[in-house]
Amino acid sequence: MISPAQTATDSGTAEKTGGVEPLLSIRSIAKRFGSTAVLHDVSLQVAQGELLTVLGESGSGKTTLLRLIAGFEQADGGEIFMEGERLDPLPPYRRRVNTVFQHYALFPHLSVFENVAYGLRVRKVARTEIPQRVEKALALVKMSEYTRRAPSQLSGGQQQRIALARALVNQPKLLLLDEPLSALDANLRRQMQLELKSLQREVGISFVFVTHDQEEAMALSDRIALLRSGELEQVATPREIYSRPATAYTARFIGQTNLMRGRITNGVADCGTLKWRCSGPDGPATFSLRPESIRLCDAGSSGKADFVRFRAVIRSQTFGGATDLLETACPDGGVVLVRIASRGNIQRDCEFEFCADDAILVRG
Amino acid sequence: MNTTSSAHRRSRWLLIQTMAVFAFLYLPILVLIVYSFNGESVGGFPPRGWTLRWYRILMDDDALWSAVGNSLLVALAAMLLALAFGLPAALALDRASFPGKAVFRRLVLLPLILPGIITGLSLLMLFVTAGMKLSLLTIALGHGTALISVATTEIFAGLQKMDRAQEEASLDLGATNWQTFWRITIPNLRLAIIGAGLLIFTLSMDEIAVSFFLIGRDNTLPLEIWSRLRRGITPEINAVSTIIFLFSLVMILVWYRVRTRRGEELAELVPLKP
Repeated sequence: MISPAQTATDSGTAEKTGGVEPLLSIRSIAKRFGSTAVLHDVSLQVAQGELLTVLGESGSGKTTLLRLIAGFEQADGGEIFMEGERLDPLPPYRRRVNTVFQHYALFPHLSVFENVAYGLRVRKVARTEIPQRVEKALALVKMSEYTRRAPSQLSGGQQQRIALARALVNQPKLLLLDEPLSALDANLRRQMQLELKSLQREVGISFVFVTHDQEEAMALSDRIALLRSGELEQVATPREIYSRPATAYTARFIGQTNLMRGRITNGVADCGTLKWRCSGPDGPATFSLRPESIRLCDAGSSGKADFVRFRAVIRSQTFGGATDLLETACPDGGVVLVRIASRGNIQRDCEFEFCADDAILVRG
Repeated sequence: MNTTSSAHRRSRWLLIQTMAVFAFLYLPILVLIVYSFNGESVGGFPPRGWTLRWYRILMDDDALWSAVGNSLLVALAAMLLALAFGLPAALALDRASFPGKAVFRRLVLLPLILPGIITGLSLLMLFVTAGMKLSLLTIALGHGTALISVATTEIFAGLQKMDRAQEEASLDLGATNWQTFWRITIPNLRLAIIGAGLLIFTLSMDEIAVSFFLIGRDNTLPLEIWSRLRRGITPEINAVSTIIFLFSLVMILVWYRVRTRRGEELAELVPLKP
């Protein structure tokens, strides 16, 4: 099946990931429903033992991408490989991939034990082996005492754990999670995030986690793949995607930012009243500057050459515990968000500064 | 105080109304049962001389018992036939897309709306044209085909209520389509299938119009009773009706048990405490 051209791309991707073959390799996948293109030319790799988050707004195609990997949808173009072998022609039940569904989809007519044992039974695992594997999976999610309950007798968080155990008991190579925490309340959600992450480390299985919640993505992931209208906007570690967003959309979607539009001429960036040295190519440019990269100068300016200084009027101050968010207006009318360590008594009219390196050049 | 007393009055009215409705529904049945124990052969009020004579006569009435047997046989065959065709039809309506689906969906309900006379007459013409001898088989075929619509609609309703993610979860966990059908889809439809089966069974048991056209040499119970009524009513008919009534009651209780048992079973095993 594998043509020479494909073999060539194989070696190409192997180089990119440092010689280790990725567990999952999605290549130029496309999917349309009727006349709407849901996914367009998406290529993505998942490494062994990695927790990758597919992040995007609703309608960005993230769930469709998950369903393509699970085998519930057929792609209109492109291929999916798992450990070097074609995955996309296989039916769902032949894939070493398991899914935790958004609303868990536990079997209501089976007890907790039978729910977890289901995958083992249908795959004809030896009868004597089933009880101990089920016990182990339930112990992993701390639900050992609930074996004889019906799913309807469990709370949302408990059902969530059973859904996890039911998937993990099959020892998949890859676990897909479709917004599994979206039905839980905020506190339980944070707790489950931590548990999911430590569980993933414990079992060492690659997770592909779909969410629309950027904070969740930042807290959980090894890498984030940001989807926008069916196309990948950026794939990077949480730290990198936050500190070096590639596009204006990424910068806005992940955390808060100030987007400044202007142009670069002869290595000097020019955004209204502000000017600084910049290595970008000449032409129109957009910069992203995080609110916490800006600081107040009233305690004395650093005076360094590559710092950009400006005056602005504070229009509002929002208390946020450890930090305050200031909404300031520059003389030219532009609004700049500034995040500073919490404090009272700030003058209305202040001088601010930021390091030129922190203004990240982003695409449109 | 005033409001409570008017509320009292209203609730008493409601009570009387409820009693009236119940009386209207069940008094005739009660009278029927009482007269099955009547000592005199013809009606008359009040009933005199309690006796079990009619039940004794009934026990020795071979013709009537063979009619009961025939009816049970026909109802069972009709039920199996209707379910065997109704289940695939419901599945097709729920998940397949095929040309003329909307038309099929409406047409499948038609036998339910059509008067039994039309269904019976058209089936009679069909069987005659096909050269089939009228018998219990033709009645069973007639009931079965006419009641496919009941099976289809009941099971279709069950499928609509079912969470499709369950089937995907099953496939995801390694079950083939076939395994998923038997382990997930059918158990989820269990109540709908049993409900449809009992309904079809009952409808077939007391069906007269279609049976009347398709009857061969062997009578079903309703037709046997009806033919005897023409010769004059005897309390024996009351006795057999009483037995049918009790049988139906038992069926309803069985159905109720089946429906509630599963939930209790799992609930009783472990005390409800996290």
